[in-house]
Amino acid sequence: MVTRPASPVMGLSLKPGKKLRLRFDIWNLGTIVIAVLASVPIVTVIAMAVIPNAAVGDIWRHLISTVLFNYTVTTLGLMLGVGAGTLVIGTGTAWLVTMCRFPGRRIFEWALLLPMAVPAYVIAYIYTDTLEYSGPVQSILRSWFGWSSGADYWFPEIRSLSGAVAMMTLVLYPYVYLLSRVAFLEQSVCALEAGRTLGRGPWRNFFQVALPLARPAIVIGVTLVLMETLNDFGTVDYFAVSTFTAGIFDVWLNMNSPSGAAGLASVLLMFVLVLIILERHARRGQRFHHTTGTYKALPGHRLSRGRGVMASMACALPVLLGFVLPGAVLVKYALIHYQLTLDAEYAIYTLNSLTLSVLAAVVAVTIGAFMAYGLRLSGTPVMKALTRVASLGYAVPGAVLAIGVMIPTAWLDNLVDGVMTETFGISTGLLLSGTIVALVIAYVVRFLALSLGTVEASLAKITPNMDGAARTLGHGPFSVFKRIHLPIMRGSILTAGILVFVDCMKELPMTVILRPFNFHTLATFVHEYASDELLAEASLAALTIVAAGILPVIILSLTITRSRPGYYFIAEAKP
Amino acid sequence: MFLTLSPLIGRRVISSLAAFAFVLMALLSPVHAQQNPGEVNLYSYRQAFLMKPLLSSFTRQTGIKVNAVYAKNGILERLKAEGSNSPADAVLSSDVGRLSDLANAGLLQKVRSAVLEANIPPQYRHPDGLWFGLTTRARVIYAHKTRVKEGEITSYEDLALPRFKGRICSRSGKHPYNITLLASIITAKGEAAAADWARGVKANLARRPQGNDRSQVKAIWQGECDVALGNTYYMGNMATNDKKPEQKKWAASVRIIFPNQKTNATGGSQDRGTHVNASGGAVTTSSKNRENAIRLLEFLSGKEAQAIYAEQNFEYPVKPGVRWHTLVASWGSFRADDHNLNQIAAQRSLAAKIMDRVEFDH
Repeated sequence: MVTRPASPVMGLSLKPGKKLRLRFDIWNLGTIVIAVLASVPIVTVIAMAVIPNAAVGDIWRHLISTVLFNYTVTTLGLMLGVGAGTLVIGTGTAWLVTMCRFPGRRIFEWALLLPMAVPAYVIAYIYTDTLEYSGPVQSILRSWFGWSSGADYWFPEIRSLSGAVAMMTLVLYPYVYLLSRVAFLEQSVCALEAGRTLGRGPWRNFFQVALPLARPAIVIGVTLVLMETLNDFGTVDYFAVSTFTAGIFDVWLNMNSPSGAAGLASVLLMFVLVLIILERHARRGQRFHHTTGTYKALPGHRLSRGRGVMASMACALPVLLGFVLPGAVLVKYALIHYQLTLDAEYAIYTLNSLTLSVLAAVVAVTIGAFMAYGLRLSGTPVMKALTRVASLGYAVPGAVLAIGVMIPTAWLDNLVDGVMTETFGISTGLLLSGTIVALVIAYVVRFLALSLGTVEASLAKITPNMDGAARTLGHGPFSVFKRIHLPIMRGSILTAGILVFVDCMKELPMTVILRPFNFHTLATFVHEYASDELLAEASLAALTIVAAGILPVIILSLTITRSRPGYYFIAEAKP
Repeated sequence: MFLTLSPLIGRRVISSLAAFAFVLMALLSPVHAQQNPGEVNLYSYRQAFLMKPLLSSFTRQTGIKVNAVYAKNGILERLKAEGSNSPADAVLSSDVGRLSDLANAGLLQKVRSAVLEANIPPQYRHPDGLWFGLTTRARVIYAHKTRVKEGEITSYEDLALPRFKGRICSRSGKHPYNITLLASIITAKGEAAAADWARGVKANLARRPQGNDRSQVKAIWQGECDVALGNTYYMGNMATNDKKPEQKKWAASVRIIFPNQKTNATGGSQDRGTHVNASGGAVTTSSKNRENAIRLLEFLSGKEAQAIYAEQNFEYPVKPGVRWHTLVASWGSFRADDHNLNQIAAQRSLAAKIMDRVEFDH
């Protein structure tokens, strides 16, 4: 067997064997085909924008001379706020629960993930109800201090840009927490100990060693958060914050110009692309691989009592605000208004939600893992670009992406119908449009970034040395894959699946537009009422969405703890 | 793909998940809704909880099953993409603007029906029968009972007067209800006057536009502002809300003023009347169950359905002679802006641009 020198990163490209080459080509081809298919809806949106149209030019002129600047500034503000907020909360809490010992740490490990299960528009509604002028908080303050009207005191306006930042930060920080925690767990203590030996204190060690090592994972987390921020319409609409996304809907519905809206959406996409490229550029040449296989139990700094309490509080606050409080309000509503939800076909809605979410999660993870591995095997620039485009769906507002899914599927349906009618005289009608299949396709396109990103992050942790060592010991690529890569990736594959599942449970705009006749999910049911400021009436269903997210999230947390290399070894070694 | 990747998660897990998924999919996949003598397929912009009682009553009477998709947006694009194979037979909308967009896109077909023409006055349907209005709602002024004096405000134009500075609450200027109201002002008084009006109202706002019509009343009750714009049925919903009795208090704090009612009895010029929008329905070009679709529209314009609309959602029935809800009747009758709704709908895009120009929401 002839071996070529291994390329430094792509561990498996060193195998030129004929049979294997063929397999790799299939993988290559498969990755490209899937990436192209997944890009179709995004390309459709861009095409809608580019197709010349007199009215569109007019709308652009109008936007540029009026609100475009405002949209841009507001959107940047929102991204900056949510990005910074989730970064601080996510990495900070992840570091605390991973490296330190303080009261309640074991609970916070999983509890910090819980806010992820709460849909952003639900939390926005609940906080508005609680904090607005006529809500309980301000009413109590007024009666305590004897204020008679809003002119007598100042209170932060919840329906504002900063309100939207707060709401989104509360439900989105778990993405950063999750990915940075995985990264911290995968770090070898040796690097940190070397840092300490060289005279760094725990804080400097965190900033100068641990954070840079975890950077790829943290970046993926924050990118996901920012994309989710950009695609949100429910919260910004409710708070009347004029972001780009709000503008997209205005142009689409009020100015009756889907192509103008697609244009704005395309600009949004460019924005995301530039962001990703800039980050990659800043990180170029840096590649962090652990060169040691020494994994011992994490140090578990025991914090002094005072610091321990502070750490507990720091971890408790996001859980309290992002989950416990909204959850409690939902329970309170549900105790009064459960009847309405029960009268509806509640069990069927739940089943529909679960089915769609499980289906989409399985497909998205399969495709995501396939693509991530394909990229690792031979990341040609074309392939890289294609996968980037394919995972942009996460940044497009759901309703716009739904149109991008709808047009090509209906086109395909009509094409098949035309051919069938012509050749066999059988009209097949619409085979995909308006079916669950179309919905699953839409979900997968939307959430591919989640599964791809998560798996990619974990693949980046597999060092060429590992491949090299295994290959030296006589294992072929597939043996390496099975015995080295898989066990390492298992945790992140499950992570990816659960992330997609939880997001699908909450998904709304695409479901509404693409769904079959007489079809409701928990989310569509909740929103039907919430959009009319009647969330209380559908609170039981909202609670179900949240509850359905809890179990997977706990499983997720356990898996992550166990995903640490050497976990079992360490666990067994303990007396 | 499953085979190649199965070792990733463990063959058993993935195959059982896949099996579960496919079984469920088979169970849940809807039987393809197409031509069926006993059914009618509906795409509805109107909310499910409003339509359900009406549709089940239709099914009880005619035996025709109604399959529905409810969506607040995207229906036009879906009809367009699905083309002649679209399963949809009928469309319902809470706003004439949407119906006229559908008509302009060539997605609706002409319907001649003696029943519809008898039930619906001509100003509430498309001249060629492309769409039919089913209910109307007035966009009125809610004013605090004591803080706003009798006669202090009588028209939309008054909202832009300096004496209301810091006293007005509004939902987003970009909400279809406000867009259509502004479109009606453009139709009546021209673009420049409409822009001045929007700028004037904006200058008088007590807070940044937010919430729905209901939250404006709540804000008046709490003293944040004195005056707001709102649709009539919101008032009915609040005033009779037994589940949330606090809303009755909100409703009780305001009175309803029908704007622009000045008549020429006193010698002055007659004003144009209160802006009214209509909800409505239409038959799609692709309809395979056309007869059933027409029967559905006829039913919705009939006496029984019109009474349900009036009783349950506090809307004004279009069919003359159908009784209004007692509460709605207690607000009194009014003269509606008689400009053609189709003409008003055509100004919506301009109205949206004016809202941008005056930075209404910022």
